[in-house]
Parts: sequence; C-alpha cells; structure tokens
Amino acid sequence: MKQDRRVFLKTLGAASMAGAAPAGVAAASPPTAVAPSTDAPERPTAEPAETYVYLSPAEVAFLDAALARLIPADELGPGAKEAGVAVFIDRQLAGAFGTMAREYRQGPWSEGTPQQGYQSRLTPQEVYRTAIAEIDRRCEAAHGERFAGLPAAKQDDVLRSLEDGSFALDSGPARLFFALLWQNTKEGFFADPIHGGNRGKVGWKLVGFPGVAAAYTDHVERHGVPYRVEPVSIADLQQGRARTDAHGHPLHHPARGRAE
Amino acid sequence: MRRTTATRLPPVDVVIVGVGLAGTLLAKELTDAGLRVVGLERGADRDTSDFAMPALHDELTYARRNALAQDLARETLTFRNRPDERALPMRRLGSFLPGEGVGGAALHWNGLAWRFEPWDFETRSRTVARYGPAAFAPDGTSQDWGVTFAELEPFYDRFERVYGVGGQAGNVGGVRRSGGNPFEGPRSREYPNPPMKTAFAGALFADAAKALGHAPFPAPSANMTRAYTNTYGLTLAPCIYCGFCERFGCEMGAKATPQTTVLPLLRKARGFELRPRSHVSRVLLDERRTRATGVAYTDAQGRELEQPADIVLLTSYVFSNARLLLLSGIGRRYDPVSGEGVVGRNYAYQTLSDVTVFVEDKQLNRFMGAGALGTVIDDWNGDNFDHAGLGFVGGGLVGAHNFGARPIASLTVPAGTPRWGSEWKKAVARYYDRSFSISCDGGCQSYRGNFLDLDPTYRDVYGDPLLRMTFDFHENEYRMSNYLTDRALAIAARIPGARAEPNRLTGPYEIVSYQTTHNTGGAVMGADPRTSVINRYLQSWDVPNLFVVGASAFPQNAGYNPSGTVGALTFWCADAIKDRYLKHPGPLV
Repeated sequence: MKQDRRVFLKTLGAASMAGAAPAGVAAASPPTAVAPSTDAPERPTAEPAETYVYLSPAEVAFLDAALARLIPADELGPGAKEAGVAVFIDRQLAGAFGTMAREYRQGPWSEGTPQQGYQSRLTPQEVYRTAIAEIDRRCEAAHGERFAGLPAAKQDDVLRSLEDGSFALDSGPARLFFALLWQNTKEGFFADPIHGGNRGKVGWKLVGFPGVAAAYTDHVERHGVPYRVEPVSIADLQQGRARTDAHGHPLHHPARGRAE
Repeated sequence: MRRTTATRLPPVDVVIVGVGLAGTLLAKELTDAGLRVVGLERGADRDTSDFAMPALHDELTYARRNALAQDLARETLTFRNRPDERALPMRRLGSFLPGEGVGGAALHWNGLAWRFEPWDFETRSRTVARYGPAAFAPDGTSQDWGVTFAELEPFYDRFERVYGVGGQAGNVGGVRRSGGNPFEGPRSREYPNPPMKTAFAGALFADAAKALGHAPFPAPSANMTRAYTNTYGLTLAPCIYCGFCERFGCEMGAKATPQTTVLPLLRKARGFELRPRSHVSRVLLDERRTRATGVAYTDAQGRELEQPADIVLLTSYVFSNARLLLLSGIGRRYDPVSGEGVVGRNYAYQTLSDVTVFVEDKQLNRFMGAGALGTVIDDWNGDNFDHAGLGFVGGGLVGAHNFGARPIASLTVPAGTPRWGSEWKKAVARYYDRSFSISCDGGCQSYRGNFLDLDPTYRDVYGDPLLRMTFDFHENEYRMSNYLTDRALAIAARIPGARAEPNRLTGPYEIVSYQTTHNTGGAVMGADPRTSVINRYLQSWDVPNLFVVGASAFPQNAGYNPSGTVGALTFWCADAIKDRYLKHPGPLV
C-alpha cells in the first residue's frame, strides 16, 4: 500500500502535535532563504530498485511484509517498510552488528540464564538467514504461501507466535529472532537516515524529534512552548541542504504542514 | 616467568595503566612534579577533533552500537548471579559501558559530578552508631573507607575546579544556602560555575517536590554552564543543551573530559609519553614480590614489551584494575567461602528504578538536554532520613533528568499498549514528548557473595583468563529501591494532570539491559589490610610502589554518580605520592 506523498504530508501535519508554533525557533533563526527545502532532494518512497548487500530477494520479501505489520503505514504516515527499514537491516547485517565483530564470540557455548543474556552461537546474520528460511518453509507447508503471501491477520499471528516462542524454530530460538527483528525495526525507523532506514525522516516526523540538534540554549527554559521543526539529518548537513551556525549545528525551521 | 622474550624498554619514573579520568589527572600532577611518566592505554587515541558535526549526532552508532565503549571481541567478563551458577561471558554490552581508548569512560560520561556525603565514607560506623549492628545484613561487608569527607573535601574542590563543575551550593562552611542541596557535606566554597538551566520536566518535578516540603536543586554538572578556564588554564566552551552527551563525545568541547581538561597540556608536556593500543597484561614484581618493577604489555603490532618504572599506577576501569591485580598475583585473592582475602572483594553496583510520568496536556521538548541536566532531591539518600524500622540501609537520589531523548531509546508508551503495530505507533507518536521519568538512583551495599575473581574457562584474545563477576541484589537493595520508588510516585501524584507508572526493581540482577556504568569495588580501600587491597592513600598494602585508583576503591556504592569521588580520590592520591611517597618511598600507613 503506497501512500501519495502529498497526502502523507497532509495527514502527518494534521496528526502532529498541537501547540503554539516554536516561536523561539523563528526568533533565533529567522526563516532565511534556506537552500532547497530539506524535503525536496529526498528519495521518493516509491524508488524502484533497492540494492542489498546481504539479504536475498526472498528475505527482503519476508522482511518487507513483517515490517509492514510491525510499524504499519497508517493515517499517521508511512511505516517501517516505506521507511526503508529492510535496507537498514541489510546494512546492519552486512556490518559489524551482523557478524558480532565487536562482541565476544569464543566458546564454550551454553544457554545460561536469562540474566546472562545473548549466548547464541549464531550471529545476527545467521539468525536472520536461518529463521526466515524456516518460517517461510513452514508457512508454505501449512498455508501454501510464504510469509509474505499470507493475509495480514495471519502474518500477525505468525509474528505473535514468534514473539512468545510458541512458533518453535528448529534453527534457533524464535524469540531471539523476533527480538532482533523488532529491535532492528525500531532502530531502522528512528535512526539517522544515513543508515538506510527512516527514509524521509518519517520516524522523526512521527514523534517530533528534530534530528541533528541545534543549539538549544535559548529554548530549554521555554517551558510549555513545543519546539516543532523540520528534522535535519546528517546527510542534509553533509550535502549542504541545511544551513548551520558557526559550530556546525543546523538552523532549524518550523515544521511544515501544521494547522497552528 | 612469562615473557622472557619481551623487549625491555628504558625505565621511567611512573607508568600509568589506563589513560582516563584518573590516569590523565595523575599524569598531569606527576609530570608537573618533574617525573617522567608513560601512559599506557589499551584502546585507541582519541581527541576532540574526532567529535565533529554532523556525524557525531548519530544515535545508532554511539548510543546503540556503543562506538566509544569496550570492544568485547578482545576482552569481556563473565557473569553469574550466584557462586553455585556457571558464569558465562557477557557477549554483548548491556548493563554497563566500560570505556576504551584515551579518555576512557570519562569521554562518554554524562558529566554528573557529585560529591558523596560524610555518611558514605563512614557507612558502617555511623550506621552502627545510630541503628546498631543489626542494621546490616549478616552477610553484609560494607565498611568505612579509611578516609573521611572532611579529609577529601579540598580534593573534591580541586576536581570541581579542573572539571568546571556547575551547581548551586547548599552548604558553604556549615552555612546553608537556599536553592542548593541542604544535605550536602560542608563545602569550602561555591562551585566554580553556576548551575545548569532547568528543563520543563525538571520544573514539573521541582514544583511537586516543593509542594511536599522537599528541597529540589540542580544536579552538579560538568557540562559547562558558561565559558570556563580551568585551574590548569584550559578553556571549555558553554554547553548548548543539544542532548547528545551520554555515550557521545562533545563537539563543543563543553563537557569536561580528559580531552578537554587535561590532555591538551599533557600531550605537550616534556615528561609525558602516551602509548595508545598498549594492552597491559601483568604488573611485574621483584623476587620478593613486594616491589613492582614495571609492567608487561603488548603493543598494537603484537610486540611484547616491558616498561620498567619506579611507581606503577593502575588507573583503569573497575574491572581492569581488579583483573590486573588478580593476573599479577598481587594481594590475597578473595575467597567467598571463608570470607578471607581481599582482591575482588566488595564488588558493588547501583540500584535503579524509576517512575514514568505521562503528561497529556504538556509537550516537554525532552530531546533538549545535557548529560548532567537534572533537578533532584537528596532527602532519601545516605542517612539523610531516619531509617529506624525501615529494614534497610542507605538510599538514593530522586529526580528528573533531561539527558536528551534520542528517539530509539525513548519510545515510551503506557502499560497495556500493544507491543507493536498501529496502536503502538500511535502511542509512541503521542507519548514520546509527553512523558518523562523520575529516576531513583540508589546506592548498593556490599555482600560476602558479590565479588570478582578470574574465570576458570573463558579467555581474552591474549589468552589470559577473563574476569568473573558474581553479583545479585540483596533484600536491603530491593527494600531501599521500593521505598524510593514509592516516594517518587508520591511526587508524581502532585504533578497536575499526570499519570504515573512505577518501574520497580524486581527479580535478579541481569546483565542485558542498560542500567548504569557505576560499577565499584574489587580493589577497595580501607584502614585494615585484612579487608582492603589498598590503604587510605590508595597504595597497595603488599606492594607499596603500586597505587590502584578509581571506583575500584569504593568499599560499597553510594547513591550518587561516582566520577566526582573518583576525581577527589585521584587528587588525594596524587598529593600523597608527591608530598609523602616521593620523599620517603615506602608504606604511607
């Protein structure tokens, strides 16, 4: 389900927090002729050809379907799928996170208590690969469709049974896979877009997070005055789409699409 | 004997193991005294230029993947709750984030620069005097430090003037000051800088706390509240409240860290040499094992080296200090069965709970913040309240902190919200900026069964045994934490329109979710060599030219962030070395 971008912006605006315009913003940084609006150069959500470093097409199909259930597109705006979270997960799995490059990987291996934390022999790379293959196989055997082809309600059932561990996986603990998937989904939806997700800064717009911070010295004691601005990403600054102060902090501008 | 093939380097006066908060201050003080000092740091060199905009404001890299914390692939520790369990390695970072690299954990700290109170240094004797010996659990091993607040006060003062601490004094020379902490030990003078501004959540907390008769005040902050030139002559910039502080470097040079307060001078000092990527594996001893001759280390290229020195200073994080003593066979190892021995004894932590406050009619801008931006009360810390009949010792800070709400870590939703899906998304959108936390940062007493030793199975990349942590909370901590949480709930109830949900301390300690990087003990100080590794000057009882500096010296943990006290102990130790040890090398006690 693709949302028209303009419709999305309108719905986001309508749904965004009520409250006075961030007067302090305007006062501190008058709306100077900021070079093209911070939204303009972003990739549209319907960009056709993604590239993946680690994930296979079948894995991407699984993830896109799961992401659309975990953080769905709705009247508040795009969801995790539209935000490119599958790309985020791909980059994470291809890098240090996926291989546990900075984590302890020596044996012997033992399950341990819950208090002792992650004790799997499998890296996140391996967890995703084996779990997705097995879930798809099992869905196909039971319902004649891989996970991505199931109706949404059925997908939710599968996800819930992974979450509570009742979908017993031969390849590893289902709960571990679900926990990783949900952790990475939230990360991909709310991390800086430089990591591949949060496309269009939709996660930040959803909650009203400004992204790269400005100097807030003059705002922090303006209690009760919501500071709602167009979020600025690292790429916006690196690629010159946002103006900065002397220290390299962005000059924020009031959020668009607001009624008040 | 190990490492007979190691290359022996020219001797120096002092070798420092771990170039963080304590290591840099000691290096500065001792090079100023004319000594030649080598600083060995296991991690990479880092300077303020490594923290440039805009790439620094990246929650994923720094706050989720912990770019500035310890690389566990090289070395971790193992953990179990009880001695009858099998310890397993901490494969991922979770509960705490030891630093690695120049600056150590003081590079990514928040900057809360507390003093402990007089009671904290005399925990056992003052508690027994007031409540009797039964106040402590039978297996409690909390003890006095061997140094008092009054003795340390001038050294707190020195640390505050190097680290540019801002705050509102509550007691100067015994005279109460309004707006400050009425419970603090008497200070010799004001803070060098004014307190931080007050965030909206802090103001809501303060109003409610005042309505209940408490005395809220701004937390002491090493995020600069104005441009400040420290006592070494280095100038720090004012904090801009950007909210990327904890787990991050500071692009403004506004957070006091080794990089901003000491290192620019140290790097230029003729008597100082910094050697990053140098992993120290042993303190070397003479044949009688009463004198350290230097340290053995491996450099980045894998060369095995020996650095001879007249004085050896262990200034690493808690775990590395204790582990190096254990690996080197210095001091008697602690035996939890007999209760005898000292190295690894009295490992402690902190006891955290909080109350989530939902405010439907307010938006808090809580992404604005600073590591040490907080409004707190000290009414239920230490022995600031009557514990008679309460069934526990100690207490903690209660307050509202605005560290900066980076979104991945700040997806607060009310209880009962579906864990994912559209309803979750709506709740996140609604409450991300309409909620805040009243935190209860409690101390932690020490116990016979909480300790550090060497793991029999797991090893680091150099082949040495990992440190093994055995730790759980005890009844005292659960009771104390619940008491604080109840008080926080009572304050939350006075916030107009607020709804509160407690997050109590329940179940055993777990190493998975982040709690706090306030680990303490394992090489504790004290007046009695049977119950301490180091004397009141942080000097090894067994090897007098070895000093062990850091929170590893705390015999139990107080209800405050530890760095201010680490700083005070560091200056106290530096003066003991300069003024006393150098004149008469040998035991200072």
